[in-house]
Amino acid sequence: MTERKKCWREIPIGGKITEAGNAVKYNTGSWRTFRPQKNEKKCINCLFCWIYCPDSSIKVEDDKMAGFDYGHCKGCGICASVCPVKCIDMIKEEK
Amino acid sequence: MTKKIPLTGDQAVAYAMKQIDPDVVAAYPITPQTAIVMSFSNYVANGQVSTEIIAVESEHSAMSACVGAAAAGARTMTATSANGLALMWEIVYIAASTRLPIVMPVVNRALSGPINIHCDHSDTMGARDSGWIQIYCENAQEVYENTILAVRVAEHKKILLPVMVCQDGFITSHGVEGVEVFEDKKVKDFIGEYKPDSPLLDIDNPSTYGPLDLQDYYFEHKRQEAEAMRSALDAIPEILKEFEKQFGTKYDFIETYKLDDAEIVIVVLSSTAGTVKFVVDELRQRGIKAGLLRPRIFRPFPKEKIINALKKAKAVAILDRSDSFSAEGGPLYTEIKAALYDLDIKPIMVNYIYGLGGRDIFPADINKVFEDLQKTVAAKFTLPKVNYLGSRE
Repeated sequence: MTERKKCWREIPIGGKITEAGNAVKYNTGSWRTFRPQKNEKKCINCLFCWIYCPDSSIKVEDDKMAGFDYGHCKGCGICASVCPVKCIDMIKEEK
Repeated sequence: MTKKIPLTGDQAVAYAMKQIDPDVVAAYPITPQTAIVMSFSNYVANGQVSTEIIAVESEHSAMSACVGAAAAGARTMTATSANGLALMWEIVYIAASTRLPIVMPVVNRALSGPINIHCDHSDTMGARDSGWIQIYCENAQEVYENTILAVRVAEHKKILLPVMVCQDGFITSHGVEGVEVFEDKKVKDFIGEYKPDSPLLDIDNPSTYGPLDLQDYYFEHKRQEAEAMRSALDAIPEILKEFEKQFGTKYDFIETYKLDDAEIVIVVLSSTAGTVKFVVDELRQRGIKAGLLRPRIFRPFPKEKIINALKKAKAVAILDRSDSFSAEGGPLYTEIKAALYDLDIKPIMVNYIYGLGGRDIFPADINKVFEDLQKTVAAKFTLPKVNYLGSRE
């Protein structure tokens, strides 16, 4: 279900955002053409992907790489590119 | 107690800025605005204001710095002319759409090319749809008063749009006039303390300015901007009333001169109105019912006031100090003509483009326009819709 979008009277003027950190509510994952996918066996949990991800879309639990936030990952492929063991593949979304 | 001192239009702006004492001024010098920045820099150097002045490397940077300062919560001003305004262009729109109440005196100068430093309105007329409020001044006195007024207009909660205070390059900006200036305290009391809404520097309530705004909300934000300009039509009269109470000068969106029973009317902005008043007086002595309408505030467009002022006239000449190159006449002409469309009985309306690149306009030119209107009313001839006054044929 999509949320009702606010009318011009209900939003802050000038495109100002007055709520800190609300980008998490704005789903940008739909822009993605290629989806990152991890090969669990190869991953050494170096967290290079977490350091380089420009959109905080690498999930980390107990100091371990725990997958991707597909709601926000735009599929830029930087994680796959920097991975020293090449454990991330970029898969075309339609597949 | 007010006192009268000799000031040029540029100095009148600088004097008003001294009294306003804005938090930040970011500006780049350009003829004929230079004397504003020069005079104001003196006040800063002498410690007469507490303003942070930012000497930038271009007008694009000037307006960018103003946007940053205003978003941070500073009362912010700049000033420019012609090509400087053109170089600011991208950020001029951003200032308005981000709803930052920046006040910018603009000394009207012909926009290149060919390159020319003298007066016409092609610079600010190009920016008429940028979301800025535009006030056009006839003389240095008005320049001084409107600069002070503009602060309140820009910062009004129902408006929150930047304001251009326009004066004619060299004619007003460099001509010395006796200007009655107000007491510092009275100006301070009138403008009050600027209380920005969720400024960037309010670190307890973090906010973001200028984020990406896509198909889902951009339209709503532009709608807000359009409605802010509409509400300025209601909010400005309140501010003008307060201005009159504080300083004694009564202003309106428009100025009319001997217009009540006028049959032939000239509509013109800024300093040329002075020449027209002189000619109207001469014609009136000969029993000719001539009059003048001078829009003072062009954005928002005071449609109802203009309709009321012109509806009884028989023939109206709109004088534009810029051409729009639409092949349909100047901007003032097309807008005023459109405003009168819904009237059942409309005056004959013609356009004169005049004074481009600082070409002088003389009483004889104004006389010719009134004569043309008289002949048209008497059905002796039909005027072309768009005429070029003072251009060699």
